[in-house]
Amino acid sequence: MRASRKNSREIVEAGLARRRRKEAAFRASGMLATAVGVIFLGVFFATLVMQGASAFKQTFIKLDVEMSASVLAPDGKLDLAYADFDGLVRNALRKEFPDVSGRSERRELYRLVSIAAGYQLRDMVAADPSLLGSTSTIWVPASSNVDMLIKGNIDPEIDESLRPINDAQVAWVESLQENDRLETRFNTALFTNGDSREPELAGIRGALMGSFYMLIVTVALAFPIGVAAAIYLEEFAPRSRWSDLIEVNINNLAAVPSIVFGLLGLAVFINWMALPRSAPLVGGLVLSLLTLPVIIIASRAAIQSVPPSIREAALGLGASKMQVVFHHVMPLALPGMLTGTIIGMSRALGESAPLLMIGMVAFIVDVPGGFTDPATALPVQVYLWADSPERAFAERTSAAIIVLLGFLLIMNLAAVIIRKRMERKW
Amino acid sequence: MTETKITEEKAMPEAGPVEPAGEFAAQKPNGAAARKVVDRVTEFGEETVGEVRCENPFVISENVNVYYGDNHAIRDVTLEIGRSEVIALIGPSGCGKSTYLRCLNRMNDSIESARVTGTITLDGRDIYSSDLDPVALRARVGMVFQKPNPFPKSIYDNVAYGPRIHGLAADRAELDDIVHTSLDRAGLLKEVKDRMDEPGTGLSGGQQQRLCIARTIAVNPEVILMDEPCSALDPIATARIEDLIDELSEDYTIVIVTHSMQQAARVSRRVAYFHLGRLVEVDETDKIFTNPQHKLTEDYITGRIG
Ligand SMILES: Nc1ncnc2c1ncn2[C@@H]1O[C@H](COP(=O)(O)OP(=O)(O)O)[C@@H](O)[C@H]1O
Ligand SMILES: [Mg+2]
Repeated sequence: MRASRKNSREIVEAGLARRRRKEAAFRASGMLATAVGVIFLGVFFATLVMQGASAFKQTFIKLDVEMSASVLAPDGKLDLAYADFDGLVRNALRKEFPDVSGRSERRELYRLVSIAAGYQLRDMVAADPSLLGSTSTIWVPASSNVDMLIKGNIDPEIDESLRPINDAQVAWVESLQENDRLETRFNTALFTNGDSREPELAGIRGALMGSFYMLIVTVALAFPIGVAAAIYLEEFAPRSRWSDLIEVNINNLAAVPSIVFGLLGLAVFINWMALPRSAPLVGGLVLSLLTLPVIIIASRAAIQSVPPSIREAALGLGASKMQVVFHHVMPLALPGMLTGTIIGMSRALGESAPLLMIGMVAFIVDVPGGFTDPATALPVQVYLWADSPERAFAERTSAAIIVLLGFLLIMNLAAVIIRKRMERKW
Repeated sequence: MTETKITEEKAMPEAGPVEPAGEFAAQKPNGAAARKVVDRVTEFGEETVGEVRCENPFVISENVNVYYGDNHAIRDVTLEIGRSEVIALIGPSGCGKSTYLRCLNRMNDSIESARVTGTITLDGRDIYSSDLDPVALRARVGMVFQKPNPFPKSIYDNVAYGPRIHGLAADRAELDDIVHTSLDRAGLLKEVKDRMDEPGTGLSGGQQQRLCIARTIAVNPEVILMDEPCSALDPIATARIEDLIDELSEDYTIVIVTHSMQQAARVSRRVAYFHLGRLVEVDETDKIFTNPQHKLTEDYITGRIG
């Protein structure tokens, strides 16, 4: 007896080294896997920030603009819609560079400044008509090519024919810089403008509002329907072959490729119900179909995690089924339901494929003001800009992605906070 | 009575060649020990030994059977429970004590596979009749569970919940009064009166169980069912609950499931012994513990079955 016990101890001790080796190897491989993941994530964020950060800045040029009445109102009447504000900008540029002569040279010169400059002057005069006839020093946005040059995205050393900005223009920019007439500032246009063909005018506000209206529709539909379905399935539906079938289908629905929901939306909401194309309303409807299974599954899990002893306690006191659900199960399951909803919403916010199918991929300049205005969404805007050839749209693409990720981060953070804050111990 | 005595003697010789009843003869693979137990039950027929009837009966079960799907969990139980009496249900695990208890307030309704046959009357009314709402029944037949299960709400709200849903209090003052008297009766008021707004889940196990009792009596029931109310508690907390049961027995009919013979002896006036879904024996507490009629009861209380 004794001998055999000693023997088994020896066997155990002999095996210890091997066990420790195995454990160390497992740990090392786990750390390696984590490191690979973290590195990829780091590279992703770093390139994104490197490419996108410059889009939050915009180059401006200082011009002394004479609001000459002879240009704006040649026949004595000022009509803001037709007045030649661009002419004022051109005059100011010519005054800044008096040596530039010849039509084509001058045209090159005019290209330094964004067409936004004319709009800016119009807005100034509209706000204060007394400016007419005076000269004011204002900062106007530079064209995207100048902006790219200043930000170092265009290399002035390479052959002239390979860059969108010629030697003369580079020289003018340098001279502006020497005279302190060139500056980069925060790019407010990125957040206040809708889409535009001119990169320096293009902003994400239209897409942001489109996404906002869509998410409102999605939350308003998917949350109540999803929670109600989950409560019914968990608390009231009799267990039967039917409820099993429904359960399997809901789980399948969560795995259906999102573009299929877009096709469904196109067929049902636009072709059959004749709702407007490109509208956040339809987008929201499609996205609620998409998030519904996510919310139902999360809510059911939340309901299941409510201890049965709480239900029994309430039933034992004479609470009806409804009272048990609404007084006890719902409050305890709510954090889980909300978390599921927010995760579903962040998935909806990042979704682009189904929106392509319902026409939310159109080029839309105006910021949508309601649920039926034509709109795009943030991820679709990313797709649109990524498709544009201009160099300046590349940085805006990255900027839009940064903003999108920012929102996703906030939403997921909210989910974590809700879970931490509201979760009760029992 | 004499008849059971004789049969019991017949069953006494442990190794004796007791002829298995025909019904069970085919069930060879059950193993000798298991078969012997079954034989003893069948030997008595399906009759319960002792006195199932009582004076002034309040809850009367007649030929109650419970099935969980194919599992016949309660077999033909007939039992009368008197007004303001404490009756203890004892028996080995899985013998159906909880199942029978849950029949009395229709908690089995929420188990889909459960099916109850036979009749149970409360104060002369069939509690399974279709015109009786289980909600109303449970207001009259309260229940205290094995594991203390206060709601994750304040102490006050725990006790006030029942009166609130049944509309027992006309105003806040009346509700306050109900909460205070209930806590007082449960012997908890002194300990919690300064922290009524704190969560009930923050109390100790024994306090939680007394909170659950307060919550139950706040609805002013006539019967209180207790399913092993002390099995999750330490001896001191157990002693307090037992004292409490003693006090409550003046006003309530109490049916308590317990695993502790001492507890049954201390708190109950009658004891019912269950075995494999059958009510084997029921009688006055001291009779059961000093002079059990049935071999199975004797085996159980002496610790041979457990
Ligand atoms: N919810 C249920 N579903 C199916 N079978 C059950 C359920 N509850 C109890 N049973 C079965 O009923 C029998 C009696 O159980 P129970 O009443 O809990 O016994 P006890 O309380 O005496 O330990 C057991 O065989 C058990 O497996
Ligand atoms: Mg039990």
